[in-house]
Amino acid sequence: MSMEVSTIIQMLLVVFLIASAIGVSVTRNLFIAVIVFMGYSSIMAIIWVFLQSPDLAITEAAVGAGVDSVLFFLTLKKVHALKGTREG
Amino acid sequence: MKEEKSFWRKLNAWINGEEALIHADEYIARREQPKKRQWLKRPNIQEIKSNKGLYWFLCVLISIVFITIMLLVVSNLPTFGDPMDPANNEVMERYLEKGIEETGAINFVAGMILDYRAFDTFGESNVLFLAVICVLMLLKRDKKNISEAEDKEIAEDEMLDAADHKSILKVGAKYLSPLIILYGIYVILNGHLSPGGGFSGGSIIGAGLILYAAANGHKKMQTFFTFKTFTGISVACLLTYCACKSYSFFTGANHVGYAIPKGTPGNILSAGFILPLNICVGLIVAATMYGFYALFTKGDI
Repeated sequence: MSMEVSTIIQMLLVVFLIASAIGVSVTRNLFIAVIVFMGYSSIMAIIWVFLQSPDLAITEAAVGAGVDSVLFFLTLKKVHALKGTREG
Repeated sequence: MKEEKSFWRKLNAWINGEEALIHADEYIARREQPKKRQWLKRPNIQEIKSNKGLYWFLCVLISIVFITIMLLVVSNLPTFGDPMDPANNEVMERYLEKGIEETGAINFVAGMILDYRAFDTFGESNVLFLAVICVLMLLKRDKKNISEAEDKEIAEDEMLDAADHKSILKVGAKYLSPLIILYGIYVILNGHLSPGGGFSGGSIIGAGLILYAAANGHKKMQTFFTFKTFTGISVACLLTYCACKSYSFFTGANHVGYAIPKGTPGNILSAGFILPLNICVGLIVAATMYGFYALFTKGDI
């Protein structure tokens, strides 16, 4: 039984993707949830490259991992839901 | 007859704006006893706790119902990559065969979203603009939306920012943000040649601006990006987009009588309107992303 390296990497990525998706919904700490969601977006960006859509990969990396999480953090700060900060 | 008379009287009063005067006595009587409503109804915690089993049951039930529906839908989708898929029809063949010839864009995704389906992209840019306007209405700190606690928080934040001189964030942002913004510009300008385009490049530039603003503070950002710049960029870009696309719509569908030269596919200055449209979309997205950040942190752009 021989598999190509890229297939193995893709399967690993999908496993990580599902793990982080479950992690986001299970974790009770909102800060950790946002960080794991960033990881989810980065993995998704790599999967888009494997699916031959680099356009989407760039957008996913910039919006999903970058701007989205910044906005999530700001919202959490605004509603005073971040523990360990000055307001929390 | 009497009814009609009173109807005319009412209409007349309504037109003259004296409607309230007819029923003035009733109105005053009603006004003096405003209804007392209990807006904040305190929930009874004991009651909620006694229902815990029911809530659990309902949660699981609703989740199972939705998961079943989703899985049923997914199992009925066509197989991925099947040549007999409904997506593999003559539209795709046309795009693949005549795409470069008709749009002049090497990156065919750009040709699709900014030429064949440019109207959709126009709608998307408008949605972004609308979203930032809604955030602006809710979060902008003007005369009516101000509180002392927030003022104090912002003042403290600024003091802390000024107190720390060489944090990792500041040094990192100093070297990284120009590179990020430059890369964003590259992605936008090469949108019709390589992967990327207006939306992705714009969000990269937006991320660079956010990094710069997070490290250097709101005041330094305002030396080159104020509220006026923001509105100017958004409105000017939307109008330019609208004008470009109107031109190609009104000169006839399928580029009949279309006087913009396509250029050689592969050059930077080629592909007709795709390059200016990419720049417009990119600028709107960058301004919007930074606008969200600024409104969420300081309540002002």
